[in-house]
Amino acid sequence: MARRGKHILQAAAVLVVALLVALLGWRVAQQEEGRGLDDALAGGERPVAPQLSFESLDGDGTIDLADYRGKAVVLNFWASWCLPCKKEAPLLQDAWERHGDRGLVVVGIDAQDLKSDARSFVERYGLRYPIAYDGNGASLGRFGVTGFPETWFVGRDGRLVGEHIVGEFDAEQLEENIQAALATPSR
Amino acid sequence: MRRALACLTLLLALVAAAPAAASEEHPTLAELEQELICPTCHSLLALSNAPVADRMRAFIRARIAAGDTKSEIKDQLVAQFGESVLAAPPKSGFNLLAWTLPLAGAAVAVALLALALRRWSRRRVAEEPPPAPSSANGRPALDPDLERRLDEELARYDG
Repeated sequence: MARRGKHILQAAAVLVVALLVALLGWRVAQQEEGRGLDDALAGGERPVAPQLSFESLDGDGTIDLADYRGKAVVLNFWASWCLPCKKEAPLLQDAWERHGDRGLVVVGIDAQDLKSDARSFVERYGLRYPIAYDGNGASLGRFGVTGFPETWFVGRDGRLVGEHIVGEFDAEQLEENIQAALATPSR
Repeated sequence: MRRALACLTLLLALVAAAPAAASEEHPTLAELEQELICPTCHSLLALSNAPVADRMRAFIRARIAAGDTKSEIKDQLVAQFGESVLAAPPKSGFNLLAWTLPLAGAAVAVALLALALRRWSRRRVAEEPPPAPSSANGRPALDPDLERRLDEELARYDG
């Protein structure tokens, strides 16, 4: 009887340790997901853009990346407290205005930011493109974003294209990647 | 006597509850900095110098000045950054496990330790050699070899 109890305790201890290891593995896999995108892009592949669905910063509905299938998307991760983001904002607004009729959408992902600060930022720079609010930064790991600003480009077929720009971009770099995204087929 | 004890207990409870109520109604930035986490560096807000931490401190100062309670300020930050902004998980729902599991674990550990000690002491009693037969004066008898040598020495002394 005592031996049976001992075996049950040992089995329970092994189960708890296995569960903890599985949890750790799941967490690491989540963090690595975005890093895999960079490797694939560098290897000449065009991985499918991860799913992204967040409430709109202006409180008007949800912004879902899947809704933009058929359009080229500039996905810009930013925060109001990030200094280079202030330089990028006017360039993004300009790109949205110039290429909108060709099927370009600029989507801003405001992460790890106070809503009130982000709204003031949007007002100050006159941004009119859709901006999603990801307060706790849930999207960052999925896209391998480790700081702000970072920018990805999604083709009309929903696959990543061009560069993953880590840090501030210049107008030329932005335009080059927009053209690459616009040139992708719809399917 | 019983009534006096009840009054004393009530008084002590009131004395203990007063600072908590005051802290809830009139929180300070320093208190909240110890109860919140910076979303970018994941350390206590009090220890963080990240830009977003500075903005959170400004937000908290503004809400305190506006007369918000501690719970209201925390709720507003949770609504924006999620529950991970709290240094301690709320004592409700699934998060209640974080509070109860360590206590349950400690209780199980104490019970297992008590069981092991009891078993160990029982085994020790069972393994102990039987007590030596006592001599005429009630004290434990000497080793036979030692007793023989003692008799020889005494005989030599008497002789």
